[in-house]
Amino acid sequence: MGKTLFDKIWDAHVVSPVPGGMEVLYIDRHFIHEVTSPQAFDGLAERGLPVFRPGQTVATADHNVPTRDQHLPIREELSRFQVEKLTENCRKFGLELYGLGHPYQGIVHVIGPELGVTQPGMTIVCGDSHTSTHGAFGCIAFGIGTSQVEQVFATQCLLQSRPKRMRITVDGQLRPGVLSKDIILYIISRLTAGGGTGYFVEYAGSAIRSLSMEARMTICNMSIEMGARGGLIAPDQVTFDYLKGRKFSPQGADFDAATARWKTLFSDEDAVFDKEYNFDAADIEPMVTFGTNPGMGIKVTQSVPGAKPGENPATFGKALEYMGFESGESISGKKIQHVFIGSCTNSRIEDLRVVARFLKGKRKADHVTAMIVPGSQQVAAQAKEEGLAEIFQEAGFDFREPGCSACLGMNEDKIPQGEYCVSTSNRNFEGRQGPGARTILASPLTAAAAAVAGQVTDVRELMIA
Amino acid sequence: MEKFKAIKSSAVPLPAEDVDTDQIIPARFLKATTREGFGDNLFRDWRYNSDGTPKKDFILNNPVYAGDILVAGKNFGCGSSREHAAWALYDFGFRVVVSSFFADIFKGNALNNGLLPITVSPEILDEIFLAIESNPGAEFSVDLENQTLELPVSGKKVSFDIDPYKKTCLLNGYDDLDYLLSLKDKIEQFERERGVVI
Repeated sequence: MGKTLFDKIWDAHVVSPVPGGMEVLYIDRHFIHEVTSPQAFDGLAERGLPVFRPGQTVATADHNVPTRDQHLPIREELSRFQVEKLTENCRKFGLELYGLGHPYQGIVHVIGPELGVTQPGMTIVCGDSHTSTHGAFGCIAFGIGTSQVEQVFATQCLLQSRPKRMRITVDGQLRPGVLSKDIILYIISRLTAGGGTGYFVEYAGSAIRSLSMEARMTICNMSIEMGARGGLIAPDQVTFDYLKGRKFSPQGADFDAATARWKTLFSDEDAVFDKEYNFDAADIEPMVTFGTNPGMGIKVTQSVPGAKPGENPATFGKALEYMGFESGESISGKKIQHVFIGSCTNSRIEDLRVVARFLKGKRKADHVTAMIVPGSQQVAAQAKEEGLAEIFQEAGFDFREPGCSACLGMNEDKIPQGEYCVSTSNRNFEGRQGPGARTILASPLTAAAAAVAGQVTDVRELMIA
Repeated sequence: MEKFKAIKSSAVPLPAEDVDTDQIIPARFLKATTREGFGDNLFRDWRYNSDGTPKKDFILNNPVYAGDILVAGKNFGCGSSREHAAWALYDFGFRVVVSSFFADIFKGNALNNGLLPITVSPEILDEIFLAIESNPGAEFSVDLENQTLELPVSGKKVSFDIDPYKKTCLLNGYDDLDYLLSLKDKIEQFERERGVVI
């Protein structure tokens, strides 16, 4: 019987089975940031252990960093302390740090791929659930807790139970105005926020194959939002072209040898998945969320639904109350106060290009505050070079410096209590963007359209105009 | 990690579904660089108003409900991988969380911190909520050795699954790291055979 891509990579990384069923898995690359690493470093220090393979770890500061005046010391004391602690730990343990002020600094899941650290066939972990992003390159990449960060520091290995395999196939051609963010919001709305729990997902089909690497990353990024351990896409020419010439990609003849190896990374035709879903790309429209988990999504043309059979009516009702929505009302036309374009889901150069193309010659509504936060210093530099930053400014958007920003309510960028934000981030949980903040997840195009219209709107109407 | 001991305790019901780790411990409280003290901010925004006064209708503020066991709706612990969620629950005093299923990363984090996640069927979960509702003080028994959860009144014993290795770890207070460090030779051999460039 054939093997799935997931099993091919997993099997190649098993150091040893553990009695009872778990396995010791070797980890090729370890990304760290300031929030989930300090206790792991302390654990090493307490045991008197070094980092076992420092060359396989890359560090950056992203969650706590301000997105203005990064050349100045961080104002918020605890944030500054956490970022300084990372710098101190990296120095002490001999790790490469792309910290504030470094030209490679940025959101950990943006810089890994853009530097070519992320490569097909690897196992990649980070103390961050959106590590699933790296699966876009045909990797087993998943988020871990701080105890596991310590384990990878000390042994470059983790104890893992093998998840089940799921394949989600999207065939057909995407409609105009529909981006990969809409594909993944659509998938999660169909599977629910817990529908992928216990599984590792492979995304396949012609609609997925047609996507750029940036768009594929957006899809894999949100695998965790349906509870999946991770999601991956078989590497192909799009992947190889993206990686060629990047800082840490293999160079010259080594790149050709690597490509030959990467070409063996696909699910065999007779491979069996524990669960399969098939969707038609033509059924996907611009999506928005109406509730407080990413599974609560609808087409922007639809009305806010009621609780479905099997959904807990109390939990559902609480979500609508938090959001200030009622079942049956149209989501399109809902007045909003903020737009956030950024996060590890949608802050790459392609996202910014799509937004700039749409915004050119348009202006945000007066009552909306709109910000665009590039995912990395490299993205920021490129956006300036291509003239995108200028377009954003002319449209009334605030073009910031790189970081996680308003995705998670941890740094200075927060959405005020009770106000609505159309956001390209990944989580619409209660309080995610700040206590009481109301998040509507959407694609970069739908978010930009909301800024211009001052309300939730179908971007396609503005594209025709 | 402390050894997991047999538990006889009343339980706190939280029937909400899809409880994410941002609710368990909001991001603004993740700035601490130690593992202690997160219990104070457990369920912060559900538990307290913005002025710091307790929200009377939240279950943890209701003196009728207390105990070492939290019983929650399905998909508990979804979202962020923050281990701080497990630390907060443990620091607050919980030793067991019962649900019909858990998010994978949370489950792993719980097990690595001596917090036992017990998965039961949706029907049993409903039965447990009813049992607590009819008598909030009634005690449940958790026997990890025999992998059973005993319900009050009916005395019904429900079996639960746990990986045998993780069970041994919990019962003895072992960490995964101790085990992994004991495999150092195997790991180095794996690297040599695979040609890992170090």
